[in-house]
Amino acid sequence: MSGHDSKYFSTTKKGEIPELKEELNSQYKDKRKDAVKKVIAAMTVGKDVSSLFTDVVNCMQTENLELKKLVYLYLINYAKSQPDLAILAVNTFVKDSQDPNPLIRALAVRTMGCIRVDKITEYLCDPLQRCLKDDDPYVRKTAAICVAKLYDINAELVEDRGFLDSLKDLISDNNPMVVANAVAALAEIQENSARPIFEITSATLQKLLTALNECTEWGQVFILDALSRYKAADAREAENIVERVTPRLQHANCAVVLSAVKMILQQMELITSTDIVRNLCKKMAPPLVTLLSAEPEIQYVALRNINLIVQKRPTILAHEIKVFFCKYNDPIYVKMEKLEIMIKLASDRNIDQVLLEFKEYATEVDVDFVRKAVRAIGRCAIKLERAAERCISVLLELIKIKVNYVVQEAIIVIKDIFRRYPNTYESIIATLCESLDTLDEPEAKASMIWIIGEYAERIDNADELLESFLESFPEEPPQVQLQLLTATVKLFLKKPTEGPQQMIQAVLNNATVETDNPDLRDRAYIYWRLLSTDPEAAKDVVLAEKPVITDDSNQLDSSLLDELLANIATLSSVYHKPPESFVTRLKTVSQRAEEDDYPEGSESGYPESPAHPVDGAASPSSSSGSRHPATSPPVAAAPAPVPDLLGDLIGLDNSNSLVPVDQPAPAGPPLPVLLPAAKGQGLQISAELTRSDGQVFYSMLFENNTQSVLDGFMIQFNKNTFGLAATGPLQVPPLHPGTSARTLLPMVLFQNVAPGAPNTLLQVAVKNNQQPVWYFSDKISLHVLFTEDGRMERATFLETWKSLPDSNEVLREFPGLVIKSMESTLDKLAASNMFFIAKRKNANQEVLYLSAKIPRGIPFLIELTAAVGVPGVKCAIKTPSPEMAPLFFEALEHFLQS
Amino acid sequence: MPVAASAIYFLNLRGDVLINRLYRDDVGGNMVDAFRMHIMQTKELGTCPVRQIGGCSFLYMRISNVYIVIVVSSNANVACAFKFVVEAVNLFKSYFGGQFDEDAIRNNFVLIYELLDEIMDFGYPQNLSPEILKLYITQEGVRSPFSSKPADKPVPNATLQVTGAVGWRREGLMYKKNEVFLDIVESVNLLMSSKGSVLRCDVTGKILMKCFLSGMPDLKLGLNDKLGLEKESQLKARPAKSGKTIELDDVTFHQCVNLTRFNSEKTVSFVPPDGEFELMKYRITEGVNLPFRVLPTIKELGRTRMEVNVKVKSVFGAKMFALGVVIKIPVPKQTAKTNFQVTSGRAKYNPSIDSLVWKIRKFPGQTESTLSAEVELISTMGEKKSSTRPPIQMEFQVPMFTASGLRVRFLKVWEKSGYNTVEWVRYITKAGSYEVRC
Repeated sequence: MSGHDSKYFSTTKKGEIPELKEELNSQYKDKRKDAVKKVIAAMTVGKDVSSLFTDVVNCMQTENLELKKLVYLYLINYAKSQPDLAILAVNTFVKDSQDPNPLIRALAVRTMGCIRVDKITEYLCDPLQRCLKDDDPYVRKTAAICVAKLYDINAELVEDRGFLDSLKDLISDNNPMVVANAVAALAEIQENSARPIFEITSATLQKLLTALNECTEWGQVFILDALSRYKAADAREAENIVERVTPRLQHANCAVVLSAVKMILQQMELITSTDIVRNLCKKMAPPLVTLLSAEPEIQYVALRNINLIVQKRPTILAHEIKVFFCKYNDPIYVKMEKLEIMIKLASDRNIDQVLLEFKEYATEVDVDFVRKAVRAIGRCAIKLERAAERCISVLLELIKIKVNYVVQEAIIVIKDIFRRYPNTYESIIATLCESLDTLDEPEAKASMIWIIGEYAERIDNADELLESFLESFPEEPPQVQLQLLTATVKLFLKKPTEGPQQMIQAVLNNATVETDNPDLRDRAYIYWRLLSTDPEAAKDVVLAEKPVITDDSNQLDSSLLDELLANIATLSSVYHKPPESFVTRLKTVSQRAEEDDYPEGSESGYPESPAHPVDGAASPSSSSGSRHPATSPPVAAAPAPVPDLLGDLIGLDNSNSLVPVDQPAPAGPPLPVLLPAAKGQGLQISAELTRSDGQVFYSMLFENNTQSVLDGFMIQFNKNTFGLAATGPLQVPPLHPGTSARTLLPMVLFQNVAPGAPNTLLQVAVKNNQQPVWYFSDKISLHVLFTEDGRMERATFLETWKSLPDSNEVLREFPGLVIKSMESTLDKLAASNMFFIAKRKNANQEVLYLSAKIPRGIPFLIELTAAVGVPGVKCAIKTPSPEMAPLFFEALEHFLQS
Repeated sequence: MPVAASAIYFLNLRGDVLINRLYRDDVGGNMVDAFRMHIMQTKELGTCPVRQIGGCSFLYMRISNVYIVIVVSSNANVACAFKFVVEAVNLFKSYFGGQFDEDAIRNNFVLIYELLDEIMDFGYPQNLSPEILKLYITQEGVRSPFSSKPADKPVPNATLQVTGAVGWRREGLMYKKNEVFLDIVESVNLLMSSKGSVLRCDVTGKILMKCFLSGMPDLKLGLNDKLGLEKESQLKARPAKSGKTIELDDVTFHQCVNLTRFNSEKTVSFVPPDGEFELMKYRITEGVNLPFRVLPTIKELGRTRMEVNVKVKSVFGAKMFALGVVIKIPVPKQTAKTNFQVTSGRAKYNPSIDSLVWKIRKFPGQTESTLSAEVELISTMGEKKSSTRPPIQMEFQVPMFTASGLRVRFLKVWEKSGYNTVEWVRYITKAGSYEVRC
């Protein structure tokens, strides 16, 4: 039987609000109730009924629970807009919180927690205190959540009134639902607090594992999610935990299953017995597969998570590839994810079956899906060497169907296959060339042109083919133009005959004179110069052997993967991005930096990098890129940036948005004075090298203390170790007496390099129209030269460290230096492009490993040993250029001192 | 964080808000505008159920003519959120008599508000069992046990039951006749290549239960699955009876089943909710008995003619029969005319789904039936015809047949009053996605 509430939505002719007002004040109960329903109906469709506040609140004191709930609902929606009137409701709330009916007591506390008006919050504390100790579990479970609500409104109040302790007591409550809600509340409070509040000891662990058997399905999720943060002490404890959690895999609720999988995967890290691990993998597979018979949306969530799980533990689903075959009626998002997982699970054993599937998909209707299927064939070819030939023959069959987008996609992947297996499958080029005319997409065109250029010597009519593209050169997109340019040069170098010579001239002319694209122009000029000065060198450069590409289907960086696996079932695992990259309100970071083994990057560091404001400003822009190395996969690529407009529109909390990076504010911190006014006849110059956005700048401040206007400033740098020089003229406006000007001069490197042993000396000369030339010297602090791409993978670090001879290791001790806090030091180092790789403990000392890189790719592998708070820092570095070591130590010392 | 939602919206297909509830303060009240503008009104709709816009993420599902949208701004538990929506819809259906659509929402908005307040608190799902909620949230709204009006059925301890360990069954139930109905419903999913080889095949089954039992009974269910039987014979130290046993790939249970006990003893024991519920789901991939074989042959005769022959064989017992058999055979979009003969049932050409639809009301076991059709196509202007050919799809129901071979061996009921129960068991196999490529 269904209701007939829709009548409340109809309006009457008479002014609606006055009529409702009248009805709300009616003496008949039923009429009042109907009126409140009408008000709620109006509220639902978005009409503003806040003017009825007083009248609605007057209906609050009622025996009728349904009416009471409606009034409360109204209050939740409008109390914020009428904070002064909201106080009218307080009395009833407080009274209700002592009602003999537990449903009403709970309702009062629950609703009060939802009304975010200070005056109401003040009155919430006493009822909440009572309700936390209520006899009725229903009231207690409601009160437990209410503490989390109050913490969100006013954290101090919660701490002052001792609610946290009451909440912790509820963990030992005899009612499982109360326990579950208390755990949820505590976990949330912990997430928003920097202090340790909810620490899971092995005693709590036991309690919660016991409660797990008895509470509702949702309660199980709360508990499992909270426990997944628990780090077992040893393999045995981990095995025990897993044993208690494994039965949850059989639960009908997908959230319970995924949270159990998360917890098991976490604990598996500690388990050493291979038998147990194998057994667990076997147990997890069936429940994961079962998730694929749920609603498509849940399937999608499951598939995104499975994608992560198979990257970590490929064996779990190695034999289940068939369940990922697409059904014809699967929604497109499910199909796409299944395809991705099929690629990951493809092996020499099942590739024939997989290829048959892909071929089938390549004839379906949805263009995006078809393209992805074609691309999948290519990726399998790259991944499985022994199956490459079969993959290619499938691609060729698809090309023969002559469906335009299939052909184009196939050509794109064939280019990659050529890169992976050079000089193996060129016999198919002839077939590819047949489809030349149908290509109309830039990527496909560019790929085809690359193939022609790369194999120009084997294609008899390569020049004709390229010429056909050249006719439309000016109209082509940049991607195609660049490929055409390179391919023509390759052709010319391989067949230096008359035809190609004419072509190359035409192309170079087109690409230098008639284009506005700087990339194209630069590339053309480089070729031009190479060809005109030394054609042999040009051959070495252009026709150099290319590194073989590898399969990218297991793309996620291992530390990121581990973080994502710790977030199974959450948004983070669906987006394949760490939570802090999309959650704007995340408040805590400090605590996690210690637990996690990988660097938090400069993101957490930039708000507090007092010493190097410009560097600090630069780091956020680079951190997004350097966090996950350049191989960031297409799947995990960040979505297009969201326009700020939307943020404004929906009133987002923008406090965390990036600091504008391009122009540091004129009022920065003081720069060191290099030319005091006394020496410069009243002109004072302060300057410092800084780094911003991957570029070195000379930040300068001119102060005119003379009696006359100074203008025509120019600057010159003497030869120095790094060949630092100005890229352009000094931009300083005429300086009036008593004024100052600040400027940022962009610098280049390796312009005029001073020979001899490296040193930090930077000699500068400045002149103006009024005064003689001033000379002064500055120091080049090495850290401004550290590039943004200096981050090293752990494995690379180890390899490099081992490959360098011991003679390249330099050690220096800084007895006077103290490290006060590891985090802030790491943040500071990261802000200056010294990247944290790993740490270990040695007795009471911390040993940190970091990497940095200076231009021309010279890496520094750094080992820092120190005890927090104790003077004395030891630093060992290894680098191919040990002569730079003193400079490095100088910079580091300066850095750690500040 | 296991938070599932900051806000929940129910929208109709035009994007009007039917009802909404904000649970947390971290998303603005007008976030739904962003959803409308960036998802509903674009091609994005339906391409991905989880989307980030600005600082918020939107998780959405369409159920009949309603979009249910969950908005979150933290790293919420998505699995929890979607499951919550599914469960909430089931709850609403059970309140509205099975219907859930735009009209049902408009007609019950007061009730929905009340339920939304009850089933989720500050974004954390609470008890969603219809059985329990119906104790104190009623359509009349006056059946609260504590109201001054005398209620027709007093419910002494609703709150204890909401939070209790058996949060799905109320106490004090009485039936004159104690009965249990078991329905074993299996869906066969099949994907077969045009050459007749099985690409993927599995059975997803569920055991639906209808209980009319007094008091607080303890039930134990025995199936002919290998694991359970082996365990049983181990415990009783006697060899398992011979007979057909089956291997379940995976089982999931209703929250009433004691999972720890299942894990250690492999027995399914539980205190059932009252009325109808889904006791368990299982999946089987090995040893599936396919009820039907489909053998298509499609010949292209020149550019404008096709010959389609489909033979369907029933391979279940001769005494059984299938009901409601529908076979959809796709034909090209540019079909102009079709002629066909069938040996049983009726067929017609349905241009809106570009298929020949062949229906056979009753299909006895161990028989076969054929359709042969000639399809004439409009000759299109030199265009290469599309290579797309969707699979043949089949629907059917076979009563008293399980594709997996699953059988209920026993269902034992214990109650302290020791009453007798009558148990009824039915089996039925349906087509899930039963597809044959052609």
